[in-house]
Amino acid sequence: MSQFSSIALPQIGSFALLLALGLAGYSFVVGALALIIGGPGSERLGETARRAGIAAFGTILLASVVLVTAAFTDDFSVAYIFHHSNKDLPGPYKFAVLWSGQEGSLLFWSLLLAAYGFVLRLRYKTDPGLFAYASVVIAGVQVFFLLLLNIAAHPFAILEGQIPPDGSGLNPLLQYPEMVIHPPMLYLGYVGFTVPFAFALGALIMRYPGEKWIQITRRWTMVTWGFLTIGIFLGAHWAYSVLGWGGYWGWDPVENASLMPWLMGTAFLHSVMMQEKRGMLKTWNMWLVFSTFWLAILGTFLTRSGIISSVHAFAQSSIGSWFGWFLIITLATFAGFYVANRSHLRSEHKLESIISRESSFLFNNLLFVVACFVVLWGTWFPKISELIQGSKVTVGAPFYNNVAVPVALFLLVLTAVGPLLAWRRTSFESLKRNFMWPAAGALALGVVMMILGVRPWKDISYFYSLMAAMLAALVICTVISEFVRGGRVIAQKTPGLGLLGSMVHLYHRNTRRYGGYIVHFGVAVVIIGILGTPFNREAEKEMGFGDKINIGPYTLVCQSYTQDDNPNFSNEWAIINVFKGNDQITTMYPERRLYKASSQPQTIPRIYPTYSQDLFLVNDLYVVYEGRNEETGRPIIKAHLNPMVPWIWTGLIIMIFGTVTALVPNAAPIAARVPARVQTAPAVGAGD
Amino acid sequence: MRPPSKPMLKRVAQLLLVVAALFTFMGVGDEDARFQNLGHHLMCVCGCSQILLECNHVGCQYSDRMRVELAAALDHGDNDDLTLQTFVQKYGTTVVAAPSTKGFGRIAWIMPFVALLAGLATVVLVVRAWRLRPTPALADGIQPLRGPELERFRSQADEETEL
Repeated sequence: MSQFSSIALPQIGSFALLLALGLAGYSFVVGALALIIGGPGSERLGETARRAGIAAFGTILLASVVLVTAAFTDDFSVAYIFHHSNKDLPGPYKFAVLWSGQEGSLLFWSLLLAAYGFVLRLRYKTDPGLFAYASVVIAGVQVFFLLLLNIAAHPFAILEGQIPPDGSGLNPLLQYPEMVIHPPMLYLGYVGFTVPFAFALGALIMRYPGEKWIQITRRWTMVTWGFLTIGIFLGAHWAYSVLGWGGYWGWDPVENASLMPWLMGTAFLHSVMMQEKRGMLKTWNMWLVFSTFWLAILGTFLTRSGIISSVHAFAQSSIGSWFGWFLIITLATFAGFYVANRSHLRSEHKLESIISRESSFLFNNLLFVVACFVVLWGTWFPKISELIQGSKVTVGAPFYNNVAVPVALFLLVLTAVGPLLAWRRTSFESLKRNFMWPAAGALALGVVMMILGVRPWKDISYFYSLMAAMLAALVICTVISEFVRGGRVIAQKTPGLGLLGSMVHLYHRNTRRYGGYIVHFGVAVVIIGILGTPFNREAEKEMGFGDKINIGPYTLVCQSYTQDDNPNFSNEWAIINVFKGNDQITTMYPERRLYKASSQPQTIPRIYPTYSQDLFLVNDLYVVYEGRNEETGRPIIKAHLNPMVPWIWTGLIIMIFGTVTALVPNAAPIAARVPARVQTAPAVGAGD
Repeated sequence: MRPPSKPMLKRVAQLLLVVAALFTFMGVGDEDARFQNLGHHLMCVCGCSQILLECNHVGCQYSDRMRVELAAALDHGDNDDLTLQTFVQKYGTTVVAAPSTKGFGRIAWIMPFVALLAGLATVVLVVRAWRLRPTPALADGIQPLRGPELERFRSQADEETEL
């Protein structure tokens, strides 16, 4: 078996990749030809292209299975397996080897793209014409990735010389359970934005009549956006749980690379409603979809080209120039088709009032795009500075906190106000009526926070925290008031249903609108989790048996240290008892590992959320065993007390719940008496 | 007692605003806060890409020494600018965690606001263009509702649906 795998596996994988390139190339060229030629004969040609696209998925899947099999069979003749695995690596991480390095992650990217294409091509009957265009665009992107895999970053390259007995091992930072799910989620998000882009470009080329393509695209975008959101938050949670510095977001270029398409995608999810309901912002939406896709590729270019230095850039190589060219070609292609077909994108309606849902979406989009620009600008500025001045500068957290936070606060204002505005026009009276109680709630929270000791004049970060708390409360109150207000109307018309039942029914009648509100609620909860940052505390001490660290109301007492050993790593951990007053509330086991294959150390912090002590004002007690003082030999323990952080992860769960519920189809509405004249008015939409 | 006049209320509100702004932007300036503030505006130069006070590498050759140097500079009475300048001279420009607000670095800070203003101007122009656009004619000679009649139907729809 070993001899078979060492000879056959890489060859099977290489052949599968080559075949995939041929099939994707056929799908692209012949599919495009069928669309150009048109007519009855071209349909059969187009069908062969569609089937070739489906077959390409099979071959890429085969190549991926081969690579994973090579990892599980410890086939170190494959250079990629040698560099990213070792014999004693646990099973789940051997599976994660697929995306742990440059070549494997590109194969994984290609696999996900092929999977999206597979689903799209199977569902082609929804709209055969549009799907044919989208299929060709996806095949074009697929060809690029397969060219990379076959030429520049071959995952089945054979190691020269004698086959080593064991591999170099997986990077210790990646040996954490979340690493098995974080990259797939992030990639599903990145890659998934190719689908809306493919539909948008297809619709642009064929001058698609109507807005059906937008409805098809929106669902794909929501799914993709959901995956990217999960991926980003899992990445933050991984950084928090593994890196040991007590934070979850460092504005590193790799983190920024994931944030940029997310911001643009979020802008698109909002502005797409303008096009769907009112036939407006058509050009803008086209460019937003393209920018989201483009920024996902740009992020890959940034982190893989080595052009921007990053602690996360684990896979730097010469493939940056490939991505550079791909970016130029996609931009030129899209711009070319836009110029040729821009007359098709004229807006159908005009803006009737500045106090309307339309204008709130305009400003919402402006702020999302500015936020994206801030991140892009901050990421690129060190390079720009180097080119112009000859000296690099650092653009770190202080820059983003000063520039991006105010933009985020304005976005929160719109998140709160936007849902209260009606399409076309909102009377000031109606706005005042709906806004009064949420605003009072937010102000009350601000006053309570100041009474409890938050002094916004002491530091700008406290000011931001206070504002963020008030605005998050405003968002939460407006979401609740929207549910209650709508629920009351249904309850009045449906006796016996009750307010809660009416609110559930209300959601079922318009899942997209109320699912969106739940997402807003989740965002507000995330903001509440973040605003505790200025109040973080930390303490560090060399701790022998019985030594104590006091942090906030908690006392950490070192009980003992112990060691262990397994084939993958040896480790040492501290046993720390945690007291609040005289009561012991938990025991924590911060750990330090030494991975044998790579000889790299790794800290594993332990985190204790204090839900049982403070349900709402919850803290994370975060303890790191940093190692031993080289001079004294004594272990060093660092403790952080991070207020409110658990709310960030709770907020993510709410956001994902909202996204999933927004994808559920609407239930049939309760029959209501509607005046005849109102029925004849032009349709404005349900108001989401 | 006579209620306060509106101009007086306005003046009190303005005064409150000024006082709030003064307190908001006034730093407390104690040594520990300065150490924390400056320590979070400097990077550890060991290559970990972390903020100086957040570098968690045990035995890091740089961060411990840099923290001692920072504390010494503050004890010496150096102001914030001088302290940062000393670090830049010793460790290079990348030691500061954010671009300078002087010289070329100023562009880093200005550009986001330029983008915001440019975007705002674009939105204003778009809104203006939309509002000035004539309403498209409807087929079959149907006249779109306007003014009070439209408002009447809008109110009716609001009352009936309230959603």
